[in-house]
Amino acid sequence: MIEVRDLHKSFGHLKVLKGINCHIAPREVVCVIGPSGSGKSTFLRCINQLEQVDSGQIFIDGQELTNPKTDINKVRQQLGMVFQLFNLFPHRTTLQNITMAPIRIKGMKKQDAEDMAIELLRKVGLVDKASVFPAQLSGGQKQRVAIARALAMQPKAMLFDEPTSSLDPEMVGEVLAVMKDLAFEGMTMVVVTHEMGFAREVSDRVFFMDEGLIVEEGLPSQIFDDPQNPRTQSFLSKVL
Amino acid sequence: MYVTALNIITGTSLTEYLMGIRGYVILTSHLGYLLEGALLTLKITALSVAFGMLLGLFFGLFKMSGSRILRFLAAVYIDFFRGTPLFVQILLMYFGVLPLVLTETSPFQAAVITCSLNSGAYIAEIVRAGIQAVDKGQMEAARSLGMNHVQAMWLVILPQAYKIVIPPLINEFIMLLKDTSLVSTIAAEELTHRGRLVYSTYYEAVWVWGGVAMIYLIMTKVLSILGDYVERRLATE
Repeated sequence: MIEVRDLHKSFGHLKVLKGINCHIAPREVVCVIGPSGSGKSTFLRCINQLEQVDSGQIFIDGQELTNPKTDINKVRQQLGMVFQLFNLFPHRTTLQNITMAPIRIKGMKKQDAEDMAIELLRKVGLVDKASVFPAQLSGGQKQRVAIARALAMQPKAMLFDEPTSSLDPEMVGEVLAVMKDLAFEGMTMVVVTHEMGFAREVSDRVFFMDEGLIVEEGLPSQIFDDPQNPRTQSFLSKVL
Repeated sequence: MYVTALNIITGTSLTEYLMGIRGYVILTSHLGYLLEGALLTLKITALSVAFGMLLGLFFGLFKMSGSRILRFLAAVYIDFFRGTPLFVQILLMYFGVLPLVLTETSPFQAAVITCSLNSGAYIAEIVRAGIQAVDKGQMEAARSLGMNHVQAMWLVILPQAYKIVIPPLINEFIMLLKDTSLVSTIAAEELTHRGRLVYSTYYEAVWVWGGVAMIYLIMTKVLSILGDYVERRLATE
């Protein structure tokens, strides 16, 4: 589903990614953990080309994203993205946040898009907030709307960039619950997270990143209970 | 005999006394004439603001475009019109550029064209600042949904930028309204030009120029009150 080959990326002189290789299968849930500054977010943002890569290849469903001839906007429609700071459109209601892209990009009928949006809002438990503006939502509610907005494009995979890191502690649970549902429905997911409990419970595989590389990967039980790499061990001993 | 008596009572000569009334009479009897001039001032300002906004929007976007040619074009345009005096631009346009391209030119036409180009350059910078003030996560969210750059600009960024842009834009209108007085030099019959005509006929400087200044003040005050109102409306939205 998502294949990454020898991905390199630097910001100025700072080398952030130093050769990432991975393959993520359909319906697989992968959590990416690691210390801050290890390149987790940059890796995720490279997958849908919010950051341009220096070298290496990225394939989505066999389509090479890093090929200049690929229509990047088409491929991005297949990848939903959820941001740490939600990035809801403040000038539009919850419902319009969700329907904007399907109507404007896919040419969906307004009525159909709204029906679908209501369905998605039901799924994230926010039907009653359809006509409300983002400023009136709590952090957890915003993030659930953001997830619904990404799902509205019916993506083949979802990318989560620290989706709970800017939430108040009591709101983390509601967002993780939505993500858990999504995982059980079989959505392909890549989740950059500091929620070790979620990573252990929900993910099929865990990537541990440090200094621009995937240092260790494996089943959650392997990574959390029996880490092999000393850097993984040292990181986990600090966060667990 | 009488004159001497008045002189003693008021401390002013009759001539001085009559001169004071004269100024007042001249101003009030020419008020309609001056207000017609003010109407033309408003017309030049309104047209220039409208064209200037259009120019400003496009050149503001060009300034941030991915194309090097568009960025260069925008930079040259903005630099020229912000880096040279409007007064000189008016002279250049009326006596230099317009006669080259048009067979018949009018001061009004030259005034509107020059003021539009000039305000367009300032508005371009206002637009650019407004767009850059929108959180960059908004562009990323829009693009991540599959919108292209133009769609993201149009649907997500500009509807947010316009609120940021309105206060400095109204400020620019007020500046422009005052700056239109410079087109009096090419005999566009706006307020300042008419003020000069009245003054040079009667030489009542305090009354005539004071009156002209008051008319400008009323116009700019109305604009700024309007601006405050719009700003408050936007803040509560």
